[in-house]
Amino acid sequence: MSKLSVSHLLGIKYLTDADIELIFETSSHFKEVINRPIKKVPSLRDVTIANLFFENSTRTKLSFELAQKRLSADVINFSASNSSVKKGESLIDTVNNILSMKVDMVVMRHPNPGAAMFLSKHVDASIINAGDGAHEHPTQALLDCFSIREKLGEIRGKKVVIIGDILHSRVALSNIFALKKLGVEVMVCGPLTLIPKHIKSLGISVETNLEKALRWADVANILRVQFERMKASFFPSNREYAMQYGITKKVLEKVDKELLIMHPGPINRGVEISSDVADSENAIILDQVQNGVAVRMAILYLLASKIEK
Amino acid sequence: MSNRFFLDTKEIQIILNRLACQLREKHQDFSNSILIGIQPRGAVLTKRLLYILEQEDHLEAIEHGFLDITFFRDDFRRSEKVLSANKNLMDVSVENKKVVLIDDVLYTGRSVRAALTAIDSYGRPSEIELLTLIDRRFSRHLPIQPDYLGRQVDAIADEKVLVHWQEEHGEDAVYIINKSNE
Repeated sequence: MSKLSVSHLLGIKYLTDADIELIFETSSHFKEVINRPIKKVPSLRDVTIANLFFENSTRTKLSFELAQKRLSADVINFSASNSSVKKGESLIDTVNNILSMKVDMVVMRHPNPGAAMFLSKHVDASIINAGDGAHEHPTQALLDCFSIREKLGEIRGKKVVIIGDILHSRVALSNIFALKKLGVEVMVCGPLTLIPKHIKSLGISVETNLEKALRWADVANILRVQFERMKASFFPSNREYAMQYGITKKVLEKVDKELLIMHPGPINRGVEISSDVADSENAIILDQVQNGVAVRMAILYLLASKIEK
Repeated sequence: MSNRFFLDTKEIQIILNRLACQLREKHQDFSNSILIGIQPRGAVLTKRLLYILEQEDHLEAIEHGFLDITFFRDDFRRSEKVLSANKNLMDVSVENKKVVLIDDVLYTGRSVRAALTAIDSYGRPSEIELLTLIDRRFSRHLPIQPDYLGRQVDAIADEKVLVHWQEEHGEDAVYIINKSNE
């Protein structure tokens, strides 16, 4: 069987098509594992993993930690808010201190784009990027694509629209890279203030009319409006955003089409998605969360197999 | 060194019939027993035995499963090749059941050890037995022996015992091949 071509997971753009295929194949095995009566396997019992979260996270952090525990790895957790980072320690110093306790892998979320790449060049451990600023969030994109494939059978040739705050979203960028590699047609939709200027150069289309976008697509991946990153006003009010770009039952009925509804979470109910849509049958938001554990297990397993003994 | 022919179709059929008889002798109508094939190579052998027991001996449908042991193996990160998983089909609970683990070749015993650990995920069996078509003598790394045995063979470490099945390779046969000829 083939190996991953990389020793770190820094972003989707560094993966080959074969890597993604291998991750999906391994993920489906782990999905079966996490549905067993006893969900734990001993594969990574001699691997120690540090989860470094320099930014808030619920889902990703829990999902990674669960994946690591299901694989029997030893796990240490670190969050910046209650650490020596507050005392002025640099990133490399922090990580090297942790690594001197014999850690094999690091899962890191950091507010600065490129932080994972920087770390991979300076420390001796396998790095997994769990989100670096507005750059990439590769595991989220992989689990999104895995979920689409699981629901629709085939992903190649399908049409996916990513709706909402594209500008501040690492999920959008990673998703675009992954979907393009998998032969999917991609569109982004949202107010122009929230769409990066040169995004068309990635080979995708831009649409500002929500209804048109939904008519075109097979899958709608709805992103959260990231209020915490907005340092200026990008749209007049939440209410106006919800009226123009909020996915509601009414809009979907108007479009009248079988659409797969996705959201990476956390949801702002009533802003980008209404409650009746989020809880509807076509929404696979909770499947995404379950698949997240399987996909992360696959990534940890495949990367761990590359660590020198 | 050339490849050696070890068992032909007829011999294998006789062995399978005998193994099925031995299983019946111990498990009778299999009402409290489960046959579990170790993936991938134990699966065909399990299906063959099931065929004999259900179609030829007309027993009621016997509970069975196919167990993948990849994530339980002890050579993860120790060998050059990445371990690749197989389909795991275990829609059964082994709680309080008599389990027969089935594999084609018993060599070092490490796969069986992994299977013994993996089985734990599906409950606590009252008893576990081991059935193998071929037992490579004097090559065990662990104290594991089969309860039902097709044939014993003496092969050196440079050799590989290869079981071919009609369903997969177009013939039933067992070969002993030299690894350098592969």
